[in-house]
Amino acid sequence: MNGFRGWGIPPSVVRIRALVRKETLQIIRDPSSLAIAFLLPFVLLLIFGYGVSLDARHVPVAIVQDIRSPDSEGFAASLRNSPWFLPVPYSDIHSAVEAMKRQDVSGILWFREDFGRELHSFRDSPVHIVVDGVDDNTARLVMGYLTNVWQVWISHRNERGRDLSVFPVTLGARIWFNPDNRSRDFLVPGLIAVIMTLIGALLTALVVAREWERGTMESLFVTPATMGEILLGKFIPYFGLGMGGMALSVTMGHFLFDVPLRGSLLVLGVTSGFFLSAALGMGLLISTVAKNQFVAGQIAIVFTFLPAFILSGFIFDIHSMPTVIRGITHIIPASYFVTILQSVFLAGNIPGVIIPNSIALILFSVFLFAVIHRISRKRIE
Amino acid sequence: MVSDPVPGGDIIAVRDLVKTFSGPMGTVPALKGISFVVRPGTVTGLIGPDGAGKTTLMRILSGLILRDSGSVSIMGHDPGNDPLSVQRSLGYMPQKFGLYEDLTVEENLDFHSDLHGVPSSGRKGLYEPLLSMTGLGPFVGRLAGKLSGGMKQKMGIACSLLHKPPLLLLDEPTVGVDPVSRRELWEILHSLVRESGSTLFISTAYLDEAERCDDILILHEGGILGSGSPGSFRSEVQGHAFELIEGSGRPSRALDPVISALPGVIDTVLAGGHLRIVMEGAAPPRVPESSGGFRFQPVPPRFEDALMTRLWHSRKDLEQGRATRLPWVAGKRIQGGKGEQAIRVEHLTRDFGSFRAVNDLSFEVGHGEVFGLLGANGAGKTTTFRMLAGLLPPTGGSLMVAGEDVRKFPAKARQNIGYMAQKFSLYGQLTVYQNLRFYSSAYGISGKAQTDRIQEVLKFFGLTPYRDISAGLLPLGFRQRLALAASLMHTPAILLLDEPTSGVDPNARRAFWRIINGLVMDGVSVLVTTHFMEEAEYCDRLAIMADGGLLALGSPSEIKAQAKTEDLPAPTLEDAFVTLLSRAAVPSGLPA
Repeated sequence: MNGFRGWGIPPSVVRIRALVRKETLQIIRDPSSLAIAFLLPFVLLLIFGYGVSLDARHVPVAIVQDIRSPDSEGFAASLRNSPWFLPVPYSDIHSAVEAMKRQDVSGILWFREDFGRELHSFRDSPVHIVVDGVDDNTARLVMGYLTNVWQVWISHRNERGRDLSVFPVTLGARIWFNPDNRSRDFLVPGLIAVIMTLIGALLTALVVAREWERGTMESLFVTPATMGEILLGKFIPYFGLGMGGMALSVTMGHFLFDVPLRGSLLVLGVTSGFFLSAALGMGLLISTVAKNQFVAGQIAIVFTFLPAFILSGFIFDIHSMPTVIRGITHIIPASYFVTILQSVFLAGNIPGVIIPNSIALILFSVFLFAVIHRISRKRIE
Repeated sequence: MVSDPVPGGDIIAVRDLVKTFSGPMGTVPALKGISFVVRPGTVTGLIGPDGAGKTTLMRILSGLILRDSGSVSIMGHDPGNDPLSVQRSLGYMPQKFGLYEDLTVEENLDFHSDLHGVPSSGRKGLYEPLLSMTGLGPFVGRLAGKLSGGMKQKMGIACSLLHKPPLLLLDEPTVGVDPVSRRELWEILHSLVRESGSTLFISTAYLDEAERCDDILILHEGGILGSGSPGSFRSEVQGHAFELIEGSGRPSRALDPVISALPGVIDTVLAGGHLRIVMEGAAPPRVPESSGGFRFQPVPPRFEDALMTRLWHSRKDLEQGRATRLPWVAGKRIQGGKGEQAIRVEHLTRDFGSFRAVNDLSFEVGHGEVFGLLGANGAGKTTTFRMLAGLLPPTGGSLMVAGEDVRKFPAKARQNIGYMAQKFSLYGQLTVYQNLRFYSSAYGISGKAQTDRIQEVLKFFGLTPYRDISAGLLPLGFRQRLALAASLMHTPAILLLDEPTSGVDPNARRAFWRIINGLVMDGVSVLVTTHFMEEAEYCDRLAIMADGGLLALGSPSEIKAQAKTEDLPAPTLEDAFVTLLSRAAVPSGLPA
């Protein structure tokens, strides 16, 4: 009874409540935290969501027909109908090559003079596909799409019974989980993970640095509040704020960018909580070394946002990275969250993906807070 | 429960305390084995210049910094091993008290009450006396960020008092606070000790505040130079202080270097046009008969006299006034045109939106005059200064500097002005020599003229031994000199100084002003803004500003005379300042 006051609430709870209430009032009155939590993901999602796309659409392709034939005209027409290509006719191969050098077109489709005749023989038809290899990614896409269009055209042709001797069996490729093959659908969930990394780390790193700058930390340190209480007083309100930012991002992804949400909101919420704990923990860890907002912001960007952007597997496939770099990706919390989000958005609640990755995130948070608790002292040296 | 301190025992006991910081240039000793005790129920002042180790000591006492060696006991607890026990029963107000500026006065109070476990019932009854004592009552709903500087300090004290701590540590609570608020703060502190029997441990760089304490601890370069009551310090130098009342008709400014060089003279300082002298013994200085009639009159000693005496005994290598002159400065003085004043300000006005920062201000500064602009924070001193330097265009009125109209030819006027900002604009990574070289180049001085001038300046300012040391590593007093030297490279006829000696120890201040006096003797005019009364005493004439306008104008003794009342027959300059300001103030204390 001695240690309890008021309505019997332990003093520690009273102190944490006071710290949370103070922080909440500051959040409401100082728009900078709100801007980080809501404006930043909003703007970043708009920029990256609309700007970053790995799809090739309306790619200009030169069409060169040495001799016009119904077959080659038919194939050119099927290209025109495809959403991926914008066929541009050229009279001869030399002018088409010049056009590619000027980067007017990304590829050349060259129907040789014997195209029509060869098509009806059993030999390969002499269609030349030349792609501009400067942009390696687009080149591979153009190549793949052209082959795809070619096969579709062949099989259509076969179904109409023109030439039964060709391709009695056709290969039917189907892309699961992202049937439209829209890169945005897997980019946006990854992007949310990367953006939340930045927001989580920035929020805590900046607000703690701000307390150092304004001298409030020194006053706080000489009160009976323990370091653990001070840290919790920071964690709780910014966890709430970060989850708000997360909700905004998910809403934007689903309704603005039409990314499907096949998993449950509950799983999404819980895993986001695990991840946000790790991100806020990184911010608090930064704040133990960075005592002013400028440095804290720089460190947050360089040590959390950039690695998450490059190494989380959100754009660049982790499997194709060198072994050492692949090892590094394991210490980036965002890489686990990218996997979780992509699966919750596009595939659904898959326990085999969500459980191990969630465990990794929990371990991360526990480790970070253990380190923070160990190195944080109520001292100002 | 926190155990009560032993009745009659010491509330703070420090023994052989050592603290060393490691910096880029190796280890720097901050506290060199100090010992002292603080008796309960007293106000103990920790006096020392910037960099003496005051804040380090405060932080060690409150458990924010670990000591290297020695023992510390706060009410029986060791702040190094058991900081939480100390922090539970301690009130601590850091130099920059952390008020949450986005929170209102009441929310700040609630927050600190919660942290200290003050029961939520009966808080209103607790706040009431605190709010009325600090005069914050009408502002409970105001955001802390919207309070004035003095109010914030009072608010900080109120927050540190919520849990009724038996011991309150205050780290320079009056720094950056104008004299009026400073007095109010001290009244609050004294009433606190009277009413609750708390113990106060206060650090300050203001020597005059020492006299308000029961006990004084002088911290100097990490060591304790002396301790005792103000009375005991004064009695050490009883009969050693004199004032020059007749000096063969020569101005006190000219006599200062002459008299300070006489044997047995510890300290000379200009106070409102008179020269105040502290001697080693109880006899006035012996001036050679040939110099004409000098007459001295004994005056009551001050705490500062005892401090200067102790400093003089601890360090005999005190710098004497240098007799060398800067020839190129001497040749410059007639530049302003015959009969023309160095500075003439007429009906000067400056508005910021609807706020009038400077309101119909008129004054003149003659050649070779030291003119002081005094005023509380926000009185319009800095705005006036910026307009004089041509950095800010006035809204109305006229501004003549060295015969040039600043409004029409700001660049031409600026050629005649040397400006020393409060935050010295020096390059910390450059050496003393490189800084001087840069500033002289910036004014288009080059070749042999430049090298010669730098040599002269180094010699004149006593900076030659520091020639190749980075400016950032200089002691504060020498950084001040370097800043002044840099502002003199282009031989200005007028010097603008913004609180030039705030925070430096009394020796450095005297040395600095001796340099200024030397320049003034050569015809340079000086305009200084300050709210340090020590600095104001060096001025020939003063203008006291309030709310952008002129409140009083005259020599220090004329201004003192204006504030003379029956209760206060011999007011100090600070008394006069506070009296004049409170006479003019709007009764409610709110801006008109």
